[in-house]
This record gives sequence, structure tokens and C-alpha cells, in this order.
Amino acid sequence: MNKFQKFTGIVAPMDRANVDTDAIIPKQYLKSIKRTGFGPNLFDDWRYLDSGEPGMDNNERRVNPDFVLNKTPYKYAQILLARENFGCGSSREHAVWALTDFGFKVVIATGFADIFFNNSFKSGLLPIVLNSTVVDQLFEELEDHEDYQLSIDLENQLISNSAGAQIPFEVDEFRKHCLLNGLDDIGLTLQHADQIKSFEQQYYQQSPWLK
Amino acid sequence: MAALTLYDKVWQQHIVRQEEDGTALLYIDRHLVHEVTSPQAFEGLHMNNRPLWRKESILAVPDHNVPTTDRHQGISDPVAKLQVDTLDQNCNSFGLTEFKMNDIRQGIVHVIGPEQGATLPGMTVVCGDSHTSTHGAFAALAFGIGTSEVEHVMATQCLIQKKSKNMRVTIEGPVGNGVTAKDIVLAIIGKIGTAGGTGYTIEFAGEAIQNLSMEGRMTVCNMTIEAGARAGLIGCDQTTIDYVKGRPFAPAAADWDNAVSQWHELHTDDGAVFDREVTIKGDSIEPQVSWGTSPEMVISINDTVPNPANETDSVKADGIQKALEYMGLDADAAINEVFVDKVFIGSCTNSRIEDLRSAADVAKGRQVADNVKLAMVVPGSGLVKQQAEQEGLDKIFIEAGFEWREPGCSMCLAMNADRLESGERCASTSNRNFEGRQGQGGRTHLVSPAMAAAAAVFGHFTDVTKLN
Ligand code: SF4
Repeated sequence: MNKFQKFTGIVAPMDRANVDTDAIIPKQYLKSIKRTGFGPNLFDDWRYLDSGEPGMDNNERRVNPDFVLNKTPYKYAQILLARENFGCGSSREHAVWALTDFGFKVVIATGFADIFFNNSFKSGLLPIVLNSTVVDQLFEELEDHEDYQLSIDLENQLISNSAGAQIPFEVDEFRKHCLLNGLDDIGLTLQHADQIKSFEQQYYQQSPWLK
Repeated sequence: MAALTLYDKVWQQHIVRQEEDGTALLYIDRHLVHEVTSPQAFEGLHMNNRPLWRKESILAVPDHNVPTTDRHQGISDPVAKLQVDTLDQNCNSFGLTEFKMNDIRQGIVHVIGPEQGATLPGMTVVCGDSHTSTHGAFAALAFGIGTSEVEHVMATQCLIQKKSKNMRVTIEGPVGNGVTAKDIVLAIIGKIGTAGGTGYTIEFAGEAIQNLSMEGRMTVCNMTIEAGARAGLIGCDQTTIDYVKGRPFAPAAADWDNAVSQWHELHTDDGAVFDREVTIKGDSIEPQVSWGTSPEMVISINDTVPNPANETDSVKADGIQKALEYMGLDADAAINEVFVDKVFIGSCTNSRIEDLRSAADVAKGRQVADNVKLAMVVPGSGLVKQQAEQEGLDKIFIEAGFEWREPGCSMCLAMNADRLESGERCASTSNRNFEGRQGQGGRTHLVSPAMAAAAAVFGHFTDVTKLN
């Protein structure tokens, strides 16, 4: 995983609640056995006018001109601004892979579904929860500015706009540490292998039928 | 000692180590695996040359992609075939237990776990699938994980977790005749909303829950994720223990007695405190039908579809408006006058034997209505199918004009050939009515098996409690 560095990026609005992972990446694309290549099919049902199947040449498909990510400058967005319960539904990590493959590094929302929230950190996508007043305000600012950009500074947990206004955000210490250093969870857990083994010894003595 | 909730107890029993901020390394007993969310995890192990920590903890099965007809001919979709073949190869090369597509024990991962006794009380159960919450019916802490976590569990037998908060949903008193587990859980989601359980583990309690069979309890816990909670739990009682006894993976002989004495502890202590409590009166619950594109958009069978004009919150009003347009419904329409094109009875929510019996009860001696193009029944596993055939349920369905299929996820998510065409309206016993879930442009109404069968034979949604 790459280290998460401070950056400034274009913000795309997704002004609806309960955006589910079926919408983020429709099921037909889950047949892939790879982790990459999902970007062109991010929000496929909303993004294209024809129905998509894996293996299609997406450049040949009919694009929905009204969909936000088909418009300039949002095509190049790195930050997605959303509402309540973003990423609800299926546990598919493909939803996170599709967002990062498209180029997103951050999703800001009033709330996230738990599994999506968890999955995000594993692939270097930072989910930021802000209260609805602040999110409303960001939507308003975005509407008033073409090419609206925000800077994300994970180290100092700050979002700032071009006028210099700053919004602090919360993030779990351990997750922040892993993102900033591009660390692999499995490697970290395996440092505790001896502790896992001694747990097992005691555990299976108590409940041998679980072995 | 402080009074603990059921969730507190199972959580504590599985902590390997804990950081100061509460982040725990949690030990995982059972890891269920299916073809869609595992290939990248196996690939990760290969790439890093990491062994599996405890392969006995894994039970694998292909379910999402498998065809429900002509199975002996194999899978015709080459992309789906590659995914199922990849699972077979990974299981072979790592030496894992897998029920392959043509094994009688094959079925939907959340149906076969309990059916085999692979899900036991007090366990931690994970699967790369959000409906892993199903297994909480056994007083197990069961939740869905992403593919990176699948790999993490494979390599370490643990997960890095923070404890959720405790919520209890109590259904007071019994529910009325003809009101099922599905109606109970839809009513709960309607009340607390699809984000109502975010950050919580929900325990379901009360008389109506205790009265449910294990199958009904699984239906309730299955849809916990639709209320935003990763895990739902129900305390262990005699119903739980009777269900588990004698199943292939369940403990036997002396182990059984020891296990049962431990399982008797698996309930919330008197006086334990929950962060949030919700109470619903059992007799207030009528058969439910979802009308919109989120499981919280649900009403009773005798109600009308909401009108956005009556909603003061503009984001919500907009949501209602969008849902009505997608669903092709008018505001204030009576739901029992809405006609359907297709009917799907199946999915990990409602494809167990009791579900099929309850649908067959309604279908018996009746005929699928002329306006219904397809009514299909997809059993949850090969063993459920066999049992249903022994009871003659297949004949009842076939005579009534239903199709009787092979087990799998099928039209719950339409990864295989079973799907809705754009604009088609479906009465479905599955768990998600998101846009496009059952096929692009398809319109899903979530209902119980009996309500789905009634929609099939009457052609429109019908109150099953008023049938003879
Ligand atoms: S039946 Fe539906 S919800 Fe259940 S595991 Fe299969 S696809 Fe998921």
C-alpha cells in the first residue's frame, strides 16, 4: 500500500443518502478475480446509458452526460463529497477498489456503513466523517465554485480550502499510522504470532470441540 | 461481577490482545468462504508466500455465480466459470473443505454453515459477505468482512477490531397469526432506519423472538446488516441447542455435554446495560412490503406508499421522490393494489425448509396468476431441496406454476442468468431492494415467503393473514 500523503484535489458532489455498494460497483463486475481495473465501471448504472458487462470496451459505450463524474472537472476528482450511510449494503471491497482505481483518495460524508468504512483503510482510501452542518456547507461552497478543491492533511487531521479555512477531522490513531506509513495489517499482526499461539493453547484446552 | 451483555461475553472470550485505545486482536473460530470475495485474498497469500493459519476453520462453497438450471452442463458464462474454478483450485491447493457445485451439501454459504453445524453457539464467525450476520441467531458473534480482512483471517486467524456499542431490540408480546420473522425484521428496519444500527451490535429479544424457530431467528439476524449493524445476536436457549445437536460439524459424546454447559451461559445477564434500547409491540406488526429502493422504505400491507409532499426534511423528500420514480409508483398508492411481474422465493434470508413450507401452504391448490411471467423457488441448499422434495413441496410448487430450481444465490443479486429485465416488478424474499440489485432497472419489493407466494397466485400484493 502506498503512503498516504498530503494533497490538494478536486471535489465531486454526490448529493444523496444511502449510496450502496451495489451502486458503486454493480455485481456483474464482481466476477473478476483481480483487485484492479474496476475504475471504468465505478457507478456503472448511473454513469452509462447502456447496460454494462465485464469485458466490454467502455470507450465504446454510451455515456450519461448528466452524471457528475462524466463532467469536467469532476472526471479528475480525488475527493468525493457524500451524505448519510455511504457504502451501505454488500461487503464487497471491490467498491473501495473501484473508487481508488478511478482516482479517489478521500470520501467525505455524514456517515459511513461500518464494513465499507473498515475496508477503505485497507486500500488506502480515507473516509472522513463530518457533521451534517459542515457537510451542508461544503455542498454549498462546491455549488458556488467551479473547480472546487480541498487539501487533505492526514498527519494534522485537517481539511482546508483555497481561502485557508480549516476543518479538523477525527481518525483512529492506529488506522492513521497504517495509512501514513503504508503498512500492511497482516505483517503487523504476525508480529504477535506467539501471543496468538498461546491464546489458542488455552482456548482449545477449554473448548476442544472447536479445534 | 458486572452484568454483561451476550455480545460483551462472546467478545471477551475471543480477545488475544488489546491495545490501550481498545483496539483488539480478536480470534476467529469459523471462516466461511465463497467464490466472489476470496480470489484476491488467496492471491495475496500466494504473492507474499504466507501459509494459512488454521485451515480447519475454513468451509468453502460456490454460491453467488452458480446456475440454477441444467447444472450438469457446467457454467456457461466463462467469467463466472473462471471464478468458481479459481475457488476449486485454491481449495484444492490449500487443502480446504469445500462443497463443490454438484455436491448435495452445496448451497448458499449462510444456509449451509448452520445446516452442517459449522456455526456453533459462542463462536466468532466471519465471511467475506455482509449477511454473515445470519449466524448470530446461534448466539455467535458473526459479521461480514472485506477481502483484505478475509486474507488477514486466513493468515493470522485473527482480526483487528474495535468493539461496537450494545443495542437491544425487544419485540414485546407475541406477533399475530401469519406474521413471520421477515415481517418482524422489516418492521424493525422501518423503525430504526438503514443507518440506525451503525456502530452497534444488536441483540434481538422478547417473546416474539424467543418463539421463533432457528430458521426464523436466522431470517431476523440475516437482515441486521440492512439496519446498519454488522452483527445481530440472539441468546442461546433450548431451541438453539436442539437445532445444533447431531449435525455433522457439531461436537458429540462428552464434548457435547461440555459444550452445552458452556452454551448455557450465552445470554445477556440480568441488569446488563445497553447503549440503546428499542421496543416494538409484537401485535403492532402486520405483514410488510418494501415500496422503495432501500430496506427502510417499508410499509404494512394495508398501507399506502408515502408522499414526498408530506416530508419536511428536503434530503428525505428527495429520496422518496427518486425512489418512487425508480419504482414506477405513485405517491399514496395502496400497496395491495400493486401488480407484480415476477416472484422470487429464495436467498439466505428465506430459502430454508420452513420458508418453503410456508410458501407452499399458500401456493397449494392455487395457480400462478396470468400477469406473473415467472415465479421461481430456489432452495437454499441441496439438502433443503432434498428435504422439500421428500415432503412433496416441489410438486405443490410445480403444479401451481412455479419453477423449481437448483440451490444458490440466484436472483437475490442476479450474478447468474436469473434476473429482472428493466422495469419488471418483483415480489422477492431476499434482503435488498437497491436499484438494479436484481437486474438493471428491476424493481424489488421485499416480502416474506408467504407474502411472495400470495403475490404470485393473486398477481398483486395480498394480506396473507386474511387468507383461509
Ligand atoms: S443470497 Fe443474496 S444476500 Fe445472501 S449471500 Fe447470496 S447474494 Fe448475498
